[in-house]
Amino acid sequence: MNKTVTLAMGNGGEENNELISKVFYKAFKNEILEKSEDAAVIHGGELAFSTDSFTVSPLFFPGADIGKLAICGTCNDLAMMGAKPKYLTCSVIIEEGFSVRELEKIVRSMKIELENNGAIIVSGDTKVVPRGSVDKIFINTTGIGEIKKKGISSNLISEDDVIIVSRDIGCHGATIFAARESIELSTKLESDCASLTHQVQALIEANVKITALRDATRGGVSAVLNEWATQSNICIEVDEESIPVSEEVYGICEILGFEAVNLANEGTFVLAIKKEDAQKALEVLHGFENSANAVEIATVSDQYPKKVILKSSYGTKRFLDAPTGELLPRIC
Amino acid sequence: MCLSIPSKVVSIDVERNVAKVDTMGVTREAGLELMEEGDVKVGDYVLLHIGFIMNKIDEDDALESLKVYNEILEKLDEEERRQMVINDDNCENRGQ
Amino acid sequence: MSELQLKDLYDGFRDPEVISGFAKLIEQEAKKLKKPINIMEVCGGHTHSIMKFGLPQLLPKNINFIHGPGCPVCIMPKERIDHAYALAEQEDVILLTLGDMIKVPGSRGSLQDARAKGADVRFLYSPLDALKIAEENPAKKIIFFAIGFETTTPMTTALIDIVLKRSIKNIFFHINHVTVPEVMVELIDSRDEHVDSYNNRIDAFLGPSHVSVITGSKIYEEFPRKYNRPVVVAGFEPVDVMEAILMIVKQFNEERCELEIEYKRLVTHDGNIKAQKLIEKYFEKASLFKWRGLGNVPKSGYRLKSEYSAIDAEKIYADILPKDEIEDHKLCICGDILRGMAKPQECTIFGTACKPSTPLGSCMVSSEGACAAYYKYGNLI
Repeated sequence: MNKTVTLAMGNGGEENNELISKVFYKAFKNEILEKSEDAAVIHGGELAFSTDSFTVSPLFFPGADIGKLAICGTCNDLAMMGAKPKYLTCSVIIEEGFSVRELEKIVRSMKIELENNGAIIVSGDTKVVPRGSVDKIFINTTGIGEIKKKGISSNLISEDDVIIVSRDIGCHGATIFAARESIELSTKLESDCASLTHQVQALIEANVKITALRDATRGGVSAVLNEWATQSNICIEVDEESIPVSEEVYGICEILGFEAVNLANEGTFVLAIKKEDAQKALEVLHGFENSANAVEIATVSDQYPKKVILKSSYGTKRFLDAPTGELLPRIC
Repeated sequence: MCLSIPSKVVSIDVERNVAKVDTMGVTREAGLELMEEGDVKVGDYVLLHIGFIMNKIDEDDALESLKVYNEILEKLDEEERRQMVINDDNCENRGQ
Repeated sequence: MSELQLKDLYDGFRDPEVISGFAKLIEQEAKKLKKPINIMEVCGGHTHSIMKFGLPQLLPKNINFIHGPGCPVCIMPKERIDHAYALAEQEDVILLTLGDMIKVPGSRGSLQDARAKGADVRFLYSPLDALKIAEENPAKKIIFFAIGFETTTPMTTALIDIVLKRSIKNIFFHINHVTVPEVMVELIDSRDEHVDSYNNRIDAFLGPSHVSVITGSKIYEEFPRKYNRPVVVAGFEPVDVMEAILMIVKQFNEERCELEIEYKRLVTHDGNIKAQKLIEKYFEKASLFKWRGLGNVPKSGYRLKSEYSAIDAEKIYADILPKDEIEDHKLCICGDILRGMAKPQECTIFGTACKPSTPLGSCMVSSEGACAAYYKYGNLI
């Protein structure tokens, strides 16, 4: 591992995981942490607890802003453990000279998204630092939610499960990159940033046999599938053609040489559902605008444990490895 | 690191010697320094590379290639069908 | 068929059915081959395409790929990366280069490492982006570390043209452009020396797609004529590659040895004359250029003509540019891999000490290098 921290270590992929395990997990060793789930399950399996920091640049982008992101991000992590978000904290570090008007705009977005999730901010902290110490504003949110369905875990996926993705992928990453590079768009590309609480609760209420859920943030769908393959010691076989990618995202990927599966999402999640309930899960998801094109993309086998395989429609296979290197710094 | 991609010319700014091109919904500006004056017109398909238009795509050749591919597929389909008929004729389990 | 749509230019050349169709035709044609053939794809973009679309899985056993050196980032010798590092370290310099170049490690680290230590290093999508940076930083010296094959060379000269015409005083160039035919000759010559079995020869070349758009296919004429190797200039898309392979196999079966163009929609015999003229105006060939893993290849690199010394960073900063020769890593067999005499998996450090996040040799460094492509896509072959 490098002697100094590099940008790649914040990528949500290989280098990120290395930094986390060799520095943080090493020091903070405990059973709950090592489960590496989206949120920690505490208090006898009744509560989910999660934290996230938001450093996205630019602050305002098509589809959302840092405020909406800060609420969605943490609430979604809680939702991925089957929990209903209840109480959040909000810590901000603001650069001297930041516009109060913009701050109000951000806070308004946060308010709307909190209402959407049925959660409230109960504690917070505000710091202002000299110009140049942070880039405009960094936000941290920490949340507690009530678990409505126990046992959801990324460590228990098996050949009885199929993998579903809730919508077309890569929108957030593609949007941020386009905004950052001031790439002019003649399309309606926008971030998929959205709260997933309602969809998850609907799946729970319909008694769908959920094995695992994970929102595909930094590192995209590829990172999730690789984490699952490792944590559950399985092989995930993906049908390449079934992965939904919008024309707009496809265009950005072509131009900039990315693969959509490596791009970040902020309102898209991956599900591992017991085979017999796959159809039911899809029906529930299709009832929401945000997951109208949810689709099954992969099955589980033991062919190459801990690996993810992409199968093309013309008979070839290749490994889909976790993203490495510095893909897109500061996308969430 | 070759990211040369086919794009369509949407507009031309003669003064700045730049064209606006559309690639799958992404619009970019591309320099015309490598093309002869007046060579590139709106509606042309061009190859874009690191901010420049590298060359025009010959539409006739492109269409010709696609046509040939279609013919190959049709011919292969024909052969497959013929082979299936032969297999069927030679099938030992054919009803007696 | 009616008017051509932009989408056709993508989908039409990636059509899974057409790929399968060509696979069948190649299989039929390959049965008649008198002996197995080794096809070298020179260009990294081809290596990437071949691996990404899994094409070796579709080909019969008597057709082999030998992965050539066609990645301008991979072949950048440590010495020249150290130049870039030294330039970047200067207080008033902003070092600019394209994409992957910032990850290549020299003897002191990569440009990325230099950036983490405080150097102002930025990567550009286009050389033209340098103009804005120069305008916004009038007190700084903007040095463009130019890399790439003939595809990218004219774009650098277009920037030079603008800099000189507009009398921009704070942009300078460090030129590392290299050319393809000379290294193809070097590979044939050095391999033919080492050939111990009939099966080790490069039998035919898949000509680079976009180098050829600029240069025209005329630069490969000597290969069938003098070296008895067929060349088929192919596009990047999987259908293009498969069609070109079929054309090569047919040449062998029909006992022809020719230069053919598969990528007809973009490649002509003469190429882009205006681009070629720009290159001739500003550049001349250096007598030698060292290719990482291969050593010196005569007349394969460009440098600025002496009348443009005023913008030549290599001359202006000659004092601080390191001059030592640097050896490649002892266990690295990139040289053999680039000559097509070994495959990545045969390297003892492939995938262990040498992987994309910690590349030790040229072939692992860029995403188009043979080892990087194999690491990412190849384990299933």
